[in-house]
Amino acid sequence: MENRTIKMTTPLTKEKIKDLNIGDIIELSGVIYTARDAAHNRIKENYENNRKQPIELEYQIIFYVGPTPAKPGKVIGSAAPTTSARMDKYVEMMLKQGITGMIGKGERADYVAELCREYGACYFLSIGGASAMIANQIKDVEVVAYEDLGTESIKRLKVEDLRLIVGIDSKGRTFQEEQVKKYKISK
Amino acid sequence: MTRIMSTEDLIPVIAKLCMDACYHLSDNVIGALKAAYEKEESPYGRDTLKLLLDNAELASKEEMPVCHDTGMAVVMMEIGEQVSWVGKPLEEAVNDGVRKGYTEGYLRKSVYLDPLNRVNSGDNTPCVLHTEIVTGDKVKITVLPKGGGSENMGTFTNLVPADGVEGVKEFVLKSVLAAGGKACPPIVVGVGIGGTMDKTTLIAKKALLRPIGNRNPNQYYKELEEELLEEINKFGIGPLGMGGRVTALDVHIEYYPCHITSLPVAVNLQCHSVRQATIEL
Ligand code: SF4
Repeated sequence: MENRTIKMTTPLTKEKIKDLNIGDIIELSGVIYTARDAAHNRIKENYENNRKQPIELEYQIIFYVGPTPAKPGKVIGSAAPTTSARMDKYVEMMLKQGITGMIGKGERADYVAELCREYGACYFLSIGGASAMIANQIKDVEVVAYEDLGTESIKRLKVEDLRLIVGIDSKGRTFQEEQVKKYKISK
Repeated sequence: MTRIMSTEDLIPVIAKLCMDACYHLSDNVIGALKAAYEKEESPYGRDTLKLLLDNAELASKEEMPVCHDTGMAVVMMEIGEQVSWVGKPLEEAVNDGVRKGYTEGYLRKSVYLDPLNRVNSGDNTPCVLHTEIVTGDKVKITVLPKGGGSENMGTFTNLVPADGVEGVKEFVLKSVLAAGGKACPPIVVGVGIGGTMDKTTLIAKKALLRPIGNRNPNQYYKELEEELLEEINKFGIGPLGMGGRVTALDVHIEYYPCHITSLPVAVNLQCHSVRQATIEL
């Protein structure tokens, strides 16, 4: 690989992530939270109505994931990122409340890179569909809010060496765009 | 000769197909991912393909879903015309099978009962059932758990006949480019050309059932598949959109006669997690 592998532990303050570069491989340990479309929608409603959020968002990392149910004896079923672009509209609202990173898969709207620069946050890429393997990097799961949403509830995950790639860094650079350009064969 | 079959007997069969499809990628798919790994030049792309292969092996060994998005179940049945059913209505039995498979197999429940009011059905039913009456007395069932990431990137358009094959190529390429890394490449691209709107999209989905590496028997469409595959792999999107040479594992085109004024095209994408299970009864 061209880039470094860095071990990091949550919470990720802005100070900790400011020197990360796109393409860096991160092995993340500690506590992170899950939220997808439905949970983001509720967080937004709380935000707009000045209601207390179910979790403290400052310096937190949000993993866009909806796992399968755990088999007996397992802490979690299969788990891997969902398409981040669906959450683009919520990014600014989440950054305003202090999150410093998001984990998902796929490209995002251009304004997300701009927001990462403005707020000093990162977007991390995980491997879409590598769900059995990623499940092994999750050591503990607890539903902390919106249990009624099933797989879309907010869960506190304890992860160990969760493998990520810096997709957008706090300078607002985009990894995928750069890589795809490298391999594009023009007519 | 009429063959009497009970719909109740389908329930455990369909349940098992749902689980098998979600836990085990076929040798055909594993072979294609290995070939992609050999071909890939991008270090991030190669690394990604290696992880996907390791993941598939682990999932199969542990009987865990390869991907957490175990999809909405698409069930395709080819029913011999000599088959006569007894038992509960066919669609009900098929859904019972899907419910059993998704519940007992610890698969994700990802179906909302109403697209706008969005309440989860809790058991991944209903499925999308397609039935076709064919000759003979056999029943062939294929379960295709279809995740949102790639399914949501599908496209349809009504071209005008004057757009011709160039228009078709342009539309297919544009669709794949727009999907980018979001459809979890390397993908299989299913293309339907012709028919009426419903038929076009159905044959695009059926194109995904053809094993990777098999070409359309019609020479013209075979060459079109090869040309599109080559063009798509020039995009540089690569595995999971991390950049690279392998964006698509294959392109499959199915065509159907169409009206003199029509040239409909549908593109249905299949992510790298090509999950399918088939049985003939
Ligand atoms: S697109 Fe496919 S591999 Fe990617 S998350 Fe969805 S189902 Fe899984």
